[in-house]
Amino acid sequence: MTNPVTKEISALSRDLIAVRDRRDREAFGRLFDHFAPRLKAMLLRGGLRDGSAEDVVQDVMLAVWHKAAQFDPHRADAAGWIYAIARNRRIDLARRKPLSQPEEMPDLPSLEPDAGQVLSLQQEARELAAALSRLAPEQADALRAAYFDDLPQSRISEMTGLPLGTIKSRIRLGLDRLRHELRSIAP
Amino acid sequence: MTDIQHHISDDILDDYRRGTLPHAFSVVVAAHLSLCDECRARHETRDMIGGALLVGAEAAALSTGARARMMAALDTPAPAPAPRGSGVFPAPVMAELRGRPPRWRMLGGGIRQQILSADRSGSLRLLYIPPGRAVPEHGHRGLELTLVLQGSFADSEGAFHRGDVETAHDEIDHQPVAGPGAPCICLAATDAPLRFHAMLPSLLQPIFRI
Repeated sequence: MTNPVTKEISALSRDLIAVRDRRDREAFGRLFDHFAPRLKAMLLRGGLRDGSAEDVVQDVMLAVWHKAAQFDPHRADAAGWIYAIARNRRIDLARRKPLSQPEEMPDLPSLEPDAGQVLSLQQEARELAAALSRLAPEQADALRAAYFDDLPQSRISEMTGLPLGTIKSRIRLGLDRLRHELRSIAP
Repeated sequence: MTDIQHHISDDILDDYRRGTLPHAFSVVVAAHLSLCDECRARHETRDMIGGALLVGAEAAALSTGARARMMAALDTPAPAPAPRGSGVFPAPVMAELRGRPPRWRMLGGGIRQQILSADRSGSLRLLYIPPGRAVPEHGHRGLELTLVLQGSFADSEGAFHRGDVETAHDEIDHQPVAGPGAPCICLAATDAPLRFHAMLPSLLQPIFRI
């Protein structure tokens, strides 16, 4: 894969590991430069105003700095891990009680890193990005609305004027197609 | 970890991820994700999709000084870590228990419960059922999610062991019986009061909150 997006994903994971292991501020600065403007755009699209979107971006990136010890490249790539932090932060802004979170995985120092698994997970993340770019546009749009903008299916249906059943089947087809291409990561 | 048979549905997982699931159910989902490798992988795969879309997404220019403000904030102390799991209770359940062991209330017949939260959006409780004991037959007005934390139970829908979740909609009228061995401890969330057929007159249900 020579797609610039796919090459970038592994560089981002390397930077996050440098933040985790060495509290590397330069690497963190690169993560900020990459993700902060994208997170801001995501939050603006979700309806936040400019100033509060930037405040939330700062919260999310500060959580990235503080929680870096929990980043486990056996289980996640940097983009997915940071996306999850942003998703949770956005949800908690709208909820009375913070969203209940699953248990953290065991502390990393207690685990022997398995280079093979790390490489294959990171490879899968790259293949996922590539597979997303090969989806039919309507499937990619449906997945983007459901898994990036986190919109309920009823809202996607309102916005697009498409029946709920059509939205459901596009999301399903998109996921099935990704699963088919990535049998090793998706059940 | 590997022999969990009963999982959460895609719809419930997606509602959880979107933050639209009522609190009681979201704790059951978070607890199941703590125990079930398969659903944890489904959950993390969805985040990986979100991450790939984030990398390819449009960007919005930051205000001047945003980066400097960020770098200056890195020296602030980290927030306290989330509570960890303890015994049979995974971290999200310990968080509901505020880090303390359960304080059981006797319901009769050796059955105990602790209500963890209850409001108009639903209720969440821990149940303790001695081996071989039946929970009175009950129907549901809404959705009920029940996660086994210790022991097992069986009903018309099958057998449920640690990590298994039973998803019961209002059409199900079932009578769970705790399996042999250790007492069955489960985490149960409902969005409507249960209708018990025999145990208590329905007038008393609001008082006992079961």
